[in-house]
Parts: sequence; C-alpha cells; structure tokens
Amino acid sequence: MSRPIIEVSGISKCYRIGAAREPYLSLRDELARKARRASSALFRIVSKEPNPRPGGQTDFWALNDVSFSVREGEALGIIGRNGAGKSTMLKILSQITPPTKGRITMRGRVASLLEVGTGFHPELTGRENVFLNGAVLGMTRAEIRRKFDEIVAFAEVEKFLDTPVKRYSSGMYVRLAFAVAAHLEPEILLVDEVLAVGDAAFQKKCLGKMGNVAKEGRTILFVSHNMGAVKRLCQRAIWLDRGELKKSGDSDSICEAYLFSGQNMKSGRHLFHDKKKHLVEYIKAETVNPKGETTGIFRADEPIRFRIAYRVNRNIGGVTLVLNICTSDTASLWAVSDIDVFADLIARREAGEWSYECVAPGNVLKPGRYLAALGAGNLNGEFYHHPDLFPFEVTTEGYWRESHKYFGVGGGGPVAVPMRVERPVPIGRNDDRIAGRDLP
Amino acid sequence: MEFVIAPPRRWLSVDWRELWRYRDLFLVLAWRDVAVRYKQTALGIAWAVFQPFVTMIVFTLIFNRMANITSGDGTPYPIFLYLGLLFWQYYSGTLTNASNSMISNASLIQKVYFPRLIVPATAATTGLIDLAISAIILVGMMIYYGVMPQWVGVLILPALLGCAVLSALGMGLLMASLNIKYQDVRFALPFFIQSILYVTPVIYPVKMLDNHPVVKNLMLWLNPISGVITNARAGLLGQGTVDFGVLGISLLMSMVYFACGLYYFRSTERYFADIV
Repeated sequence: MSRPIIEVSGISKCYRIGAAREPYLSLRDELARKARRASSALFRIVSKEPNPRPGGQTDFWALNDVSFSVREGEALGIIGRNGAGKSTMLKILSQITPPTKGRITMRGRVASLLEVGTGFHPELTGRENVFLNGAVLGMTRAEIRRKFDEIVAFAEVEKFLDTPVKRYSSGMYVRLAFAVAAHLEPEILLVDEVLAVGDAAFQKKCLGKMGNVAKEGRTILFVSHNMGAVKRLCQRAIWLDRGELKKSGDSDSICEAYLFSGQNMKSGRHLFHDKKKHLVEYIKAETVNPKGETTGIFRADEPIRFRIAYRVNRNIGGVTLVLNICTSDTASLWAVSDIDVFADLIARREAGEWSYECVAPGNVLKPGRYLAALGAGNLNGEFYHHPDLFPFEVTTEGYWRESHKYFGVGGGGPVAVPMRVERPVPIGRNDDRIAGRDLP
Repeated sequence: MEFVIAPPRRWLSVDWRELWRYRDLFLVLAWRDVAVRYKQTALGIAWAVFQPFVTMIVFTLIFNRMANITSGDGTPYPIFLYLGLLFWQYYSGTLTNASNSMISNASLIQKVYFPRLIVPATAATTGLIDLAISAIILVGMMIYYGVMPQWVGVLILPALLGCAVLSALGMGLLMASLNIKYQDVRFALPFFIQSILYVTPVIYPVKMLDNHPVVKNLMLWLNPISGVITNARAGLLGQGTVDFGVLGISLLMSMVYFACGLYYFRSTERYFADIV
C-alpha cells in the first residue's frame, strides 16, 4: 500500500488574542508596548521574577494537536460546530496561514476552494473573470483556454460573457465562479463550505461534479455543515471539537455521532448562527412535549410540537417556510410549509421577528432518532435548506406496536402510522394452514 | 510533487522556482490592474500621458518662469523637467501602489496561497506600462526641441530602469509589510513621498547643490532615484556626461533597498493572512 497523500501530524495553531486578532495596531501603541516590555525586562533582571506574558494577551488554540491522514483518491469530510477549527485546518492545509506546531506532508498538486469567486473583479467581464479567477486558483493560461468553452457551458452564461460581472444576478455570478473552480484538475482539492451558496438545483449540479472528481481518483477534503453532502461525497470523516480531533471514521457514523451528540440531543433547543444576511433568517428552533417542556426526547405516543423563531428582514412576498422531518441519515420523511395552511402568507410577510409552531402527531414516528430541517423557498422554485439540522429522539415508551418487543423497531418501513387491527375470527374449523405458536 | 507545511523558520530565502511557476498569475494580476484602472474613464489610457504632461506645464510655469530655476546646462527646461517627472512618477506611483497592494488584495491573500511577493511586484510592473506610454510624449518633445540622445544614454537605459524598479520595489515591500500592521503608514506615506520629491533633483538640477557637497552626496547615496534622473538627463538629453561612479552607487543602493525590503517582507509575509 502506498503512502498517504496527505499526512497531518500534531498540527496546532495558536492565535494571540489582543495582538494578532486586533487587525490594526497603531505604531504608537506598539512602541509603547515595546518600551513597557523593555522596562519590565529591566525590572525583571533586578528582581529575578519569571518572564510574564506580554500585557493583556491570551493565547487561543484554534487547533490543538490534530493528526490524521488521507489516502489517494479518498474523500474526507471535516465536520464540527462553528469555531471548532475546521476552517483554520483548511487554511493551514492551503498554506494561507502557517501552523504554530506540527507538520503536514502533501504529495500532490493542491488547489483550494475556500470561497467561490475569489479574485472576481466586478468591473471585468465574465470572460475576463474566468481567466483571472482561473489563474488565481492555479490554472495556467493554456489550461484555461482549453477548458474555456466547457466552463462557460457549465455556468450557462454564454449570452453574458462580455458583460461586466457587476451586472450579473447573484445566481449567475455564483454559477460562473463555481464553474471555474469545478474545472480545476488538482490531485488534492480542498473545499470549504462553498455549497452553501446558490440554489438547490445548482448545488446538486456542483455536488455531482465533485462526486465525479472523487470518482476520477482525486483526493478531496471537504469542510461542511451539510451532513447530507458530507455523507454523499465522503467515505470518511473527522469531527473537530474545540480545536481537537474528537472522532474519525466512516462518514455515516461520524455524521450521526455529531448530529446526535450529547447536549445537542437532550436540550431540544437549537440556535442558528448565520454568517450571511438572508431575507429570512432562522433564529431558534425548539421541540416541546405535551407538558410544555422543551426537550429532545419524546414518548412514541406523544405529539411533538416544533416551535420555530425566525426573522424577516424586510416586507416580502412569495416566500414559503418549510419544516422537513428526516430520518437519521437525512432522508426526508415528510415536509410541511406554513403556506400549506395559511395561504395568505404567500402574498405578504411583514418584517420583524416571528414564531410559529407545528405539531407532528404522536404514534407516527417509530422509536429512533430523527432530524428536523428548516428551509425556505420562493415561487421560482428556488429552495434553500438551512445546513444546520436539529435532532430529536422518540423512545419505545408508549409505542403502539407490541411486536417491537420481539422483532425490534427496525422493520416495517420508515414510519408507523397506526392502523386499526381487529381481532382474528375463525373462518372454518379445519383451517390450520398457518401454524401459530401457543401463547402462554 | 511532495512538500511539507511546518511552522516557519526565521530565515527564509526566496523560492525563485516557485515564483517562476506562478508567472501566469503574476501576468494576469498585472493585466487586471491595468485593465481595471482605465475601464470606467472617458480618457482611458490617455490618463497615463495626461498626468505627467499637465504636471510638467504647471511646474514649468511655477519653477522655471516664476522661480527662475533652469536646467543649468542649456537643455530646455520643459524636457529637462519631463524626463525627471517620468522617473519620479514611476517611483512614487510604484511606492504608493506597492504599499497598498497587500491591503487591496486582502481578499485574495486570505483565500488562496501564492507567493505573496507577486502582489507588490505587480505594482512595480504596471508602473512600467504607464512609464512607457508617457515616454511617447518625451520622444515627441525630443523631436520638437531637436535633442539627440547619446548612445551611452540608450545603453545604460536598462540599468537606469533596473535601479528605479529595485529601489521603488524595495521601499514598497517594506511599506507593504508595515502597512498591514500599522495604520499609520497610510497617513504617513503621501506626506513622505511628497517630502522626497524635494530632496530628489526632479525640478532642479543636481548641479545646484555643487556648493553643498555633503547634501549632494547624501542625496546621491541615499536616494538612488537622484542618480538615475541625473544620469538619464546626461545620457538622453545630450548635455553633460554619464557619471558611471554615480550609476554604480545608484545600482548598489537600489540593491540594498531591495534586499532590505525583501527580507522584511519575507519575514512577515506568512502571517499576513492572520492580520489583514
């Protein structure tokens, strides 16, 4: 077996909060600090005190002793909460920032895609930006020229090639930018959360393209909040938590472990943090039991109340908000839109913070773990899924199917809609084709 | 291809082979800067000519007609001044653009790896294009005034340009690194550049300082552009002789500036993405 294509060993990254994180120091402050340090050094010599940390600085370890390796042709997902160190890891792998400790060996040509459309210039035309962006991502001019038609076709912007991109719609802009990136041919591709932009159809196309890249035997490192995408694309995943490697293994089990991790699960409360401004932003989601308690754990016969808070940033129409109940491997079971019931909401939604509730009946979900996903759609059929899914669990308590005691809860399809079952009655005396078991 | 990412060591040499691999990016960024600069303007590329030309007219009126400063060797003052202005504008423009280049390309620096040196180097290159365009006017003026360049002047032209590029880029690298850390640079730089204009023989001949040898020598030693302009005038405008001693000093000092700038830039560049 050949050596791994990426070997990460003991990588740590320390940010000095107070110096490095404060972007702009003034020269005066710096000189004052140097002078203070010099005088305290002098004082130290006299008093023989130990070396203090320079004034007011604290170390923040964004990554702490992380090691893993990736084999050639493998797609590895990196998951974790915001601030867990995923992006820092990718920045170190892309050589944008150096590690404080540790060592990485890379055996191949690397391209990193930390953002869609890096280097795009609004004044330049689509055609010019393809060359600019291609060069920024590491393609040679000859390479770009060769793939130019393919890129333009993928982006579907043929008609606007000679228009400055500042006049593009955001959809066109993202399509063109991703099209360039999708035609990179590195041996190692580092991708950060770029699929969070664009509409669902285009996201699907991009994922498909990346899947092809993986099939061609290239190595992918994929950072994402979108567990569905990670599972589809990656065989293996690592889970970073507060700068440390919490778990690694096959992506299905890692994603599941992450989604249903301890506190996430029991609290039944989920706060959303959106980095970008959207017209509609989700703030909070809670799952509530019939007693009015916020919890993530439900009896099988209890209805589950979803309480969802969102913010509308300006008066809008034509938007629908969707709640999607999914299985633990993110397959959708069913969904409901608020406009399904309140059709007037399609015409107008007023700006402000709102809360709405929907109730899933008891006795429908089988005991097991589930995920709820929130989304928003518009009348053009564009749909946006919030990447954060929130989990809840249904226990066997109160489960109406007695048979699970013998056969477990696994069989019989994804849901357990109660059916009326009547007691068997004899048809004829000698009808013993089905050999039953005598119950005590 | 195998490479290692590890914490940076103190002494870093420049990886010229890597720079060569990234030549396409360098060219594309240089092209972008030129393309974008004149994109939304009515005059377009003519701005490159317009600026030094108008400056020449204004300065001739003020310094030659009103303050009676002359070239000192019979060369018509406008052409004497214009040649000085060409090099001066290259120097000050490159210094300004290189200093701001890391900030204006912050979005690139935070998202993609490439040798950071490319960014200020781009600024030094686009300046050369402006210089070439505004030199057309110089040729026109040489024909108008009937000035013939000496062959020596044409031969040393690459050395003169080399000096200008190295000294401007050297100082630019230093300023670019400082600019990332200290906002003061942004305020100090225009003032600084304006001040050097007066200690550079752009509007007056270096001969005016013959009675102050210390000042004259300091100017020629510390400010390579002084030597460049003096020798360019001697060589290209036909009066006086090229001083190879001064040319040597200018070359040496440009290299010193470049080496210092490069060293400081290299020792800080790896943390740019964290600070910008």
